Amino acid sequence: MEPFRLVTGVAASLPMENINTDAIMPTRWIVNNKDLGEGLFGVWRYRLDGSEQPDFVLNQEPYRQSRILLGGPNFGCGSSREEAVWGLARFGIRCVIAPSFGDIFQENAFKNGLLPLVLPSDAMAALSAAMDGSNSRELTVDLEDCTIRTPDGTRIAFAIDPARRQFLLDGLDEIDLTLKLSDEFEQFQDRDRRERPWIYGESTPA
Amino acid sequence: MATAQNRSGHRPRTLFEKIWDQHVIADLGDGSNLLHIDRHIIHEITSARAFENLRKAGRGVRCPELTFGVVDHVVATVLGRNEDTNPAGGSFIRNMRRNCEDFGIRLFDMGDRRQGIAHVVGPELGTDLPGCTLVCGDSHTSSNGALGALAWGIGASEVEHVLATQSIVQRKPLRMRVVFDGTLGAGVSAKDMVLHLIGRVGTAGGRGCVVEFAGPGIRTQSIEGRLTICNMSIELGAKAGLVAPDDTTFAYLEGREFAPKGAAFQVALSAWRELSSDDDAQFDRDVTIDCNGLQPQVSWGTSPQDVIGVNEQIPDPDAIADSTRRASIRSALDYIGLTPGAALAGTPIDYAFIGSCTNGRLSDLRAAAEVARRGKVSPGVRALVVPGSASVKRDAEAEGLDKIFLSAGFEWHEAGCSLCVTANNDVVPAGKRCISSSNRNFEGRQGPRSRTHLASPATVAASAIAGRIADVRAVLDGRL
Ligand code: SF4
Repeated sequence: MEPFRLVTGVAASLPMENINTDAIMPTRWIVNNKDLGEGLFGVWRYRLDGSEQPDFVLNQEPYRQSRILLGGPNFGCGSSREEAVWGLARFGIRCVIAPSFGDIFQENAFKNGLLPLVLPSDAMAALSAAMDGSNSRELTVDLEDCTIRTPDGTRIAFAIDPARRQFLLDGLDEIDLTLKLSDEFEQFQDRDRRERPWIYGESTPA
Repeated sequence: MATAQNRSGHRPRTLFEKIWDQHVIADLGDGSNLLHIDRHIIHEITSARAFENLRKAGRGVRCPELTFGVVDHVVATVLGRNEDTNPAGGSFIRNMRRNCEDFGIRLFDMGDRRQGIAHVVGPELGTDLPGCTLVCGDSHTSSNGALGALAWGIGASEVEHVLATQSIVQRKPLRMRVVFDGTLGAGVSAKDMVLHLIGRVGTAGGRGCVVEFAGPGIRTQSIEGRLTICNMSIELGAKAGLVAPDDTTFAYLEGREFAPKGAAFQVALSAWRELSSDDDAQFDRDVTIDCNGLQPQVSWGTSPQDVIGVNEQIPDPDAIADSTRRASIRSALDYIGLTPGAALAGTPIDYAFIGSCTNGRLSDLRAAAEVARRGKVSPGVRALVVPGSASVKRDAEAEGLDKIFLSAGFEWHEAGCSLCVTANNDVVPAGKRCISSSNRNFEGRQGPRSRTHLASPATVAASAIAGRIADVRAVLDGRL
């Protein structure tokens, strides 16, 4: 996994509540093996004839270069499709800042080095106000010192689970870590096979 | 502060905590646990990249015997289908077949008598057992909690992790309980209960929680009804939903293909009988829903929380104080093409869909057929019945339900996800309105610019006959 330390870039805002993963990555981009960066927010980004919807924020400058997204409550609710995260990453987005996230989306984001940054609504409002008062659309998200910095120098601290933070900073491979616990795994299954033999198909057809 | 202990000297625990504790392989020391996974169900879309990465890393599948493969999302559902009937589907299906062969995983392939939607076939085959941990790369895996399993949906990276290690790294969710009180009236079903709940608490109402569904309204439900309710836990934003197993559960499981048999069943049964929350267990959130007088529910917007009784009025955004909520109601009504304050019943429809892992089981088709046999699909409406599994289809045909549907003008299909997600080329055209027994009414879910109204199978059938959103009770009474 690509480590995450610091990202500086344009931040686009999509403050609606409950933006679901079907909206982030519509099914047809997934099944037709299309470029997931193109499919990102496909239902909102394109008209029915495939042309761009000029009102949509990611179709406007400078937001075409967005690296950060400001979302609303419960961002990424809905289906488990990890393509929603892959699409954001492919588009160039490394961090989504929102008051809360859908569980599976949040999990998927961490696994792909995309920071799902939870910021309480009042801090979100302070961030938006700081951005509105500035000519620049750029933000810096610094995971080493856990702050968001606006171009005018405003610093907003954020909280993150320390283990999650370290994981992102180091870009660790979780499967490697788990495989190191294979002794514990074996012991668990040995005991469990005695306690719950039915789980292991002892009496099920081949 | 001392931890509360009950008389037996143990800290009282909820059912989900008991299942959780039993599956801890290691405490990772940072608030997370490594949990053993008893059942891993994989399907053709979310497992594709996971297998690709496994091969790249030269890793194997840790416990193929605990892994079960299905093809459901991309399979065409027209009668006489083959794997290329859906042009985009063939490569997913062949890839799935090769992956399952190479890694020694059992696959319920197209043509297999056990083919069907993951969360329909798992329970009916008895792969889903009380007290087990079950994951699948699909958010509606929560359905399986109906049998007393701790079951939740995971992303593709986690699918890869479970394939490679038969375990998963998790932080413990919060505990929520939803008690359903009261008795349902005629024409009102489990789907109406869960839609009403989501309307009440919202799509974030269960976020971060495992929900235990309890109360007389749950105890009197069949396993199929409980599956419908647990299915939509994810629409509450919950990680999982479950029901403590009882005699209904045990009777359902006995004799199923992959459930333990004979003496092994008896041994399992004595363990399963222990699976319930302690009387004095604490929940972080508690909600009670009264089912007395509950109307059939229908969604009016683009989120499953946008739901009202069929005879209620569409909300007026101008009457909403919260500005974010007001804006989202406005945009939902704009997308769905409905007028604030108007009646929802009577809205003309173009499509009707009965199927999906929410409502594609035999009891759902029976309820819909009970309505369908009283009329004909309204001219101009296309109505599809898509069984959730090949076994549901066979059982329905054995009872003659297919004949009832066909003679009423419904289409009769092979098993698959179909119009629930449109990954298989079944699509509602732009601007068309569909009443659907599935679980998501998101923008574009049933096709670009399609409009979806969620409802029970009986309400869908009644609306197909009326040609407009209808109160199923009126059809059952002969008033419509
Ligand atoms: S029927 Fe719908 S919700 Fe269920 S597994 Fe298929 S696509 Fe997902």
